[in-house]
Amino acid sequence: MKANPILPDMATVLEVVEETSNIKTFRVRFDDENVMKKFTFEPGQVGQLSVFGSGESTFVINSSPTRMDYLQFSVMLVGEVTSRIHQLKAGDSVGVRAPLGNAFPTEEMKGQDVTFIGGGIGMAPLRTLLVYMLDNRDDYGKITLLYGARSPQDLSYKYDIEEWLGRDDIDVVLTVDNPDEEWGKNPWEKTGLIPNVLKEIGPDNSGYAVTCGPPIMIKFTLMALNELGFKDDKIITTLEKRMKCGVGLCGRCNIGDKYVCVDGPVFKYSELQELPNEL
Amino acid sequence: MACKFISNEDTTKWIEALAKDHVVFVPVEDGGSVTFRPFAEGRKPVLDRMPVRSSKEAVFPQTETLLTYKYDKDPESQDGTSVRIKETLPRERAVVFGARPCGTRGMSVFDRVFDNDRIRDPYYATRRENTLHVTIACTKVESTCFCHEVGSGPADTDCSDVLLTPVQGGYTAEAVNDRGAKMLEASFFADGGDKCAEAEAVKKATRELLGEAHDFSDAPEKLLAAFDDAEFWEEQAAGCISCGACTYLCPTCYCFNITDEPTGTTGKRVRSWDTCMSFQYTLEGSGHNPRSTKANRLKNRVNHKFAYIPNTYDKHIGCCGCGRCIKSCPASVDIRAIVKAAQTRGAEKESK
Repeated sequence: MKANPILPDMATVLEVVEETSNIKTFRVRFDDENVMKKFTFEPGQVGQLSVFGSGESTFVINSSPTRMDYLQFSVMLVGEVTSRIHQLKAGDSVGVRAPLGNAFPTEEMKGQDVTFIGGGIGMAPLRTLLVYMLDNRDDYGKITLLYGARSPQDLSYKYDIEEWLGRDDIDVVLTVDNPDEEWGKNPWEKTGLIPNVLKEIGPDNSGYAVTCGPPIMIKFTLMALNELGFKDDKIITTLEKRMKCGVGLCGRCNIGDKYVCVDGPVFKYSELQELPNEL
Repeated sequence: MACKFISNEDTTKWIEALAKDHVVFVPVEDGGSVTFRPFAEGRKPVLDRMPVRSSKEAVFPQTETLLTYKYDKDPESQDGTSVRIKETLPRERAVVFGARPCGTRGMSVFDRVFDNDRIRDPYYATRRENTLHVTIACTKVESTCFCHEVGSGPADTDCSDVLLTPVQGGYTAEAVNDRGAKMLEASFFADGGDKCAEAEAVKKATRELLGEAHDFSDAPEKLLAAFDDAEFWEEQAAGCISCGACTYLCPTCYCFNITDEPTGTTGKRVRSWDTCMSFQYTLEGSGHNPRSTKANRLKNRVNHKFAYIPNTYDKHIGCCGCGRCIKSCPASVDIRAIVKAAQTRGAEKESK
């Protein structure tokens, strides 16, 4: 535990990747090499980015702990803090408080098939786990990715997707709501809502399913996974709430007596069912 | 506990002596109500009633600076900007003089939440460590008092360093811990003598005025059972106007916001009291709001105190029973009545 959990460490932006019209990815390193060297995290954990003068917001660390050249955060332009973060350029200072929250159960998932279902910016938390598993490929069974967005232009991580499509140890299916003329020429390019495409793919239900996306997509994806016969304690999702402190004090991200910032953001579907209905 | 005596006259002198090397928060008349302010010459402490505001601001100020920052280059310029930040931990030593046992005991919730095995908030922990609490036992009760129903009482010493009990001509003084014992070494104190028995009689009489205590022990399970009963919560929240007075005056409410206050290329990050009664409190960037109705917000406030905190912290109720939220509510929302209604809700349904 840090002496002051509310005080950020200073970091510098190395690179900014424009993913879509409203999502940018920021690659950062701590300024103090000792902080960088000592820094550890697990896939699924989050961090707070600070732009001093505007404030702090919470984002998943979507790089993998197997690749520690930098920490990567993807930020969708939504409000005041994110619009200020979007102005950051390589060389700019940024405050980072990380790691916060819990992580995906990577140990428990060993030896099992894993189906990833990501929608929009919800692909970010899946990316960290997916890269981690690909870097420890022998530890996991069949890996399937279903990633959807509104349109082909709204798909993030195109550089990753290209790499993953070229590998024979991961199945990739992409889907969009609004295709353009080019879309659909390749067999992995589908059109339609994620839950419907998921049922069409029909992944083996003995393994784990990991899903993240907008609340409405998660809701119907959970229903589809149930229909496909996935077990509730093998369906994993990550939740979002408005957060301020990130350390379980400020009070706004609770669901019953659980705080998404410390007890989450990763929850099993079976755990969600135990919580009061307040998503 | 050894019992000493201090006269009314010496009590004033004691406050003056403490004020030499502490900020002494005392209840004073201010704008028509009694509230805690730093003691200064000419400010007459009002020690015969419960202050409208609680003393929590001594350990958890309404706003406090967490850090300051300075941009080394103009943030508007094209080149990369670097920032230096500086932690701003509190340093002042303080005394809270004349809070009531309920208000002081509010810190029992802060202590559990802000300083535990998992986390230590250094701002709170430093202030708590540097602040002494001289609390006054109650001699009268109001209709809104219910400390005895939440595991406390009108002479509770929890979180205090010294407990004063009003007796003829002054107060008896008991040290609750070593810090308190040290305070009572001051020259103003005489041996308690007969006054000690008088103080015990005062404590007993006040406790008797409160009468029998309602049992809130099954509140957590009953409140959670009522979680999805929207009609129940809408009825309870019907009068609520989401003003947040209850949360600001509450000795156990600790929710806060963090905001940056820039001044050119420098600025500070501050923490301020927030209120879970406000729509904006949980409003997400996407527009989604998990607690968009006042019924859902009131439910969260009641549940936090009577279900979530007890379930997380070994049955410790997150309410100190001071009744400020009831007394100052412009719509007469009564947290006791809501919890009691939830406790009997199941029974009513079963008997139908």
